[in-house]
Amino acid sequence: MAKQQRTEKSGQQAVRNQQRQQNSQVARSQQGQRNPQAARSQQMQQNPQRENSYQGSGRPQVQRGPQMSGRPYVQGDPQRHRSQSSQYARQQMQQAQAANKKGKFKRFYDYSLLFTIIFLTVFGLVMIYSSSSYSAQLKFGDAGYFMKRQGMIAVGGFVVMLMISKIDYHFFARFAMIAYVMSYVLMLMVMFSPLGVEVNGKKRWLKVVGSLQFQPTELVKIALILMIAVMITEMGSQINKFKSLLVIVAVTLPIAGLVAANNLSSGIIIVGIAFVMCFVACKLQWPFVACAAAAGGVIAFAGPIATMLEKVGIMHSYQLSRIHVWLDPEAYPQDGGYQVLQGLYAIGSGGLVGKGLGESIQKLGFVPEAQNDMVFSIICEELGIFGAISVILIFLFMIYRFMLIASNAPDLFGAMIVVGVMGHIAIQVILNIAVVTNTIPNTGITLPFISYGGTSVVFLMMEMGMVLSVSNQIRLQK
Amino acid sequence: MNENQTCHRGKIAVLYFLLSLMMIGLTGRLFYLMIARSQYYSAKAEDLHQRERTIKAARGRILDQNGVVLADNRTVCTISVIHNQVKEPEETIAVLCRELGLPEETVRKKVEKRSSREVIAANVEKELGDKVRSYNLAGVKVDEDYKRYYPYDSLASKVLGFTGGDNQGVIGLEVKYESYLKGTNGTILTLADAAGVEIKDGKEERIEPIAGNDLVTSLDVNIQQYAQQLAYETMEKKNAKGVSILVMNPKNGEILALVNVPEFNLNDPFTLDQNLVSESARQRAAEEAEGRSKQERRNRMWRNSCVSDTYEPGSTFKIITAAAGLEAGVVGLEDRFSCPGFRIVEDRKIRCHKVGGHGGETFLQGMMNSCNPVLIDVGQRLGVDSYYQYFEQFGLKGKTGIDIPGEASTIMHKKENMGPVELATVSFGQSFQITPVQLITTVSSIINGGNRVTPHFGVAAKSADGTWMKQFSYPLGNRILSEETSGTMRYILEQVVAEGSGNKASIEGFRIGGKTATSEKLPRSLKKYISSFIGFAPADDPQVIALITIDEPEGIYYGGTIAAPVIGDLFRNILPFLGIKETGLSS
Repeated sequence: MAKQQRTEKSGQQAVRNQQRQQNSQVARSQQGQRNPQAARSQQMQQNPQRENSYQGSGRPQVQRGPQMSGRPYVQGDPQRHRSQSSQYARQQMQQAQAANKKGKFKRFYDYSLLFTIIFLTVFGLVMIYSSSSYSAQLKFGDAGYFMKRQGMIAVGGFVVMLMISKIDYHFFARFAMIAYVMSYVLMLMVMFSPLGVEVNGKKRWLKVVGSLQFQPTELVKIALILMIAVMITEMGSQINKFKSLLVIVAVTLPIAGLVAANNLSSGIIIVGIAFVMCFVACKLQWPFVACAAAAGGVIAFAGPIATMLEKVGIMHSYQLSRIHVWLDPEAYPQDGGYQVLQGLYAIGSGGLVGKGLGESIQKLGFVPEAQNDMVFSIICEELGIFGAISVILIFLFMIYRFMLIASNAPDLFGAMIVVGVMGHIAIQVILNIAVVTNTIPNTGITLPFISYGGTSVVFLMMEMGMVLSVSNQIRLQK
Repeated sequence: MNENQTCHRGKIAVLYFLLSLMMIGLTGRLFYLMIARSQYYSAKAEDLHQRERTIKAARGRILDQNGVVLADNRTVCTISVIHNQVKEPEETIAVLCRELGLPEETVRKKVEKRSSREVIAANVEKELGDKVRSYNLAGVKVDEDYKRYYPYDSLASKVLGFTGGDNQGVIGLEVKYESYLKGTNGTILTLADAAGVEIKDGKEERIEPIAGNDLVTSLDVNIQQYAQQLAYETMEKKNAKGVSILVMNPKNGEILALVNVPEFNLNDPFTLDQNLVSESARQRAAEEAEGRSKQERRNRMWRNSCVSDTYEPGSTFKIITAAAGLEAGVVGLEDRFSCPGFRIVEDRKIRCHKVGGHGGETFLQGMMNSCNPVLIDVGQRLGVDSYYQYFEQFGLKGKTGIDIPGEASTIMHKKENMGPVELATVSFGQSFQITPVQLITTVSSIINGGNRVTPHFGVAAKSADGTWMKQFSYPLGNRILSEETSGTMRYILEQVVAEGSGNKASIEGFRIGGKTATSEKLPRSLKKYISSFIGFAPADDPQVIALITIDEPEGIYYGGTIAAPVIGDLFRNILPFLGIKETGLSS
């Protein structure tokens, strides 16, 4: 613990030090809530009835628990919770003042991530304008139609994000259950109520007021991240048991199935998020290796497997044709392969440095709804491989920031939220680029921050707000 | 330190590593697509974006030797659809089906096909095109275009030939001179968006079309028309299957007319059984149609029998035997022969057409009588080797090299299979087959002073604006005969017309040479004939030679009786026209 007093500029190092100083006087004097280990131990201790279940975990924090007054963050009796959270807020303020006065630590805030978000959003707006101006001009008589809409929503979302980022993320845990239940309600409403709006044969939209619509699947993603984070945290070391994993699977699969019924790709993302979160939380390795191996096998032998499934009658012929299109898009230039092929034309004609911003020809109606799922192909065409790789690098950097925040999160709950968001963004980016480059069969996945889509932006901003909030709870040692 | 946290950190790091790995994999994929496959996809994309509009080049005209236009161009329309601009596909399909008379299925398929441009119908009349245009259907384009037009309809149909849907020659001169007539299409290359709308300020490349060159032929519309009229009259009178008349300049091989009736309408070349003048001709056509596909029947209708069909020339071939005998010196004009009505060669008894025989006669008289035994004797005097050598020397073995496609080769005995009997039959024009154009070419070469000529139509190609011109040259071929023998042959053939079997071709005031023939078609049992006559004028300095063949005449079938007068008639009308003066000698 000699290092713990060293002042570090680097957030990461500082956070690590800070985490090590579990016995520091400051932490103890502030009743330990801000101390990550203490907080974690409190998670275990919050509910005396549960204490037994944690006994077997053998975590050292458990012994230390009684030293600190419990501050449960998981919703129990709402009445009690509210009073506690206000009490917590007071404590927080006092603590901050105390900290500032003493000058021992200060709050961390991941500005790198913030600016990455700003950059990606603005870059997305530029690309939406570039890829949609032609069709927007033809359709709405306003070249900036899509860009303006997206821009307004993004600004609104940005404000929401900033606000969320200033709230202690433990607060969100209260909404986990509500959001999870809401997810079911909304998904069922989309499917069965007249409010569900059908677009291109898929019911994905929910009418709110007037022409305002939103896609509940985006809510499902954020709800599930919260839900699983809460569950994992509550389970504590139980998560390392295979049975616990099954519980999480049981929570994930029904909602994922509901989503997948109308939107297979979102279903895949939801399952992927749960998978990533469990993978990080659980010490077991074989279930994940087995899953990954199974998925790899399916992709490798997709053609024959799909043919077999179609024969048996499990798979629809249109899904089979998608697989065939994927394996050889040029054999189906009219029907299924059209979008993929047009995307490939766009990517391929980009070359090294691209045609230059705004110079894409494929966006002139060849790539259908170029501002949407296929926007990356237009980026490739206009900015070339340099532009495409730059975009991938920015996403990699963003995920790197997530990794840092997750690694240094004050507690497991914070870490799990960030891991969930990290999984969400990474999976979506990887799947989108894989679809656009015809690496996997075509399925509609948007590119986060860049593709056009209001619901997506709002919920992405909320997720970013949560991540920033976790980062904001990291305390730097002065 | 707590191990859980370390574990999580480790796992998060592993996760990050795996995610990065996937992204790097995708970057590799991007490198493959954007660098290795860049050219491939760029080309495909370019292909997709470039709207290529063809500016059709006008096809060159075909002219007769006096500049009369035999084949011209007319404006027609091409109707096409642009998938992405079609607003009301059902209405579009309905209108196109109704107006163009096309089956709905084909139109639907084309309208619904996702392509930049799909041609619905080509070569639509301008009025119909204007009508379709007046519907103002979105996505339907009516482009004006050229179509071949033949002002004389069926005149010289089998010589000129016609063009197909892409304005390319299908038969005849249209095919042979395709490279001169065709011209080069121009193109406009523009960039277009997916809806096929051209992009403003996009780069546009324009390549101007180059019109095809006019073809000047040796045909003479007046002679052709008159010969055609005579051919139809003869066909009708003799209820013949077909009549062909070939009129040529024996000195240089330029063909003035080539008639093959029944002709067909070049502006409507796909309708069968055209120009059948008599009821029985129609009946016969109907009988022949049975069991034949339409295309087979069309090919028959389009067939130029003077060039593509061979026949046994019969007595007209005696000219060749006589010329060979004279050239070889095995016979003289005054040599005496005797004809008992037959000649026995080895074990065969070969009859003369005159059953009682011509009795004693000179060689000249034998020719005038078209006496088979005389020519058999001349053939036998030459012998197989010598006869075969002359046959080849005269150019009868190969093709004439006429400038329309589909010329048939001579069908002749192999030399080693020829015995005295075969030689005897060949001597008076049986047991082998040549084309009419081969016969007239060889006879021309015999009477024109002894030089082989190449029959042809093409005289020159010239650009439409007259700035460029190419004369086709057909130089005289090998000398096949001495000047002297040629002169003797002219004398003999003049006598044939003046006092012999060809006297029905004689015209007062003109010196005409010629030879009749009546060939029995195979199999002999059918008793079907081809009557023919070959004549030239003036006999002392031939400027025009004509050959008529009458296929399967009914009633009297002797060439001297039915074919010779037609050529007489023809010469009476065209000789003054050709500027050949009356001499008053032959009266």
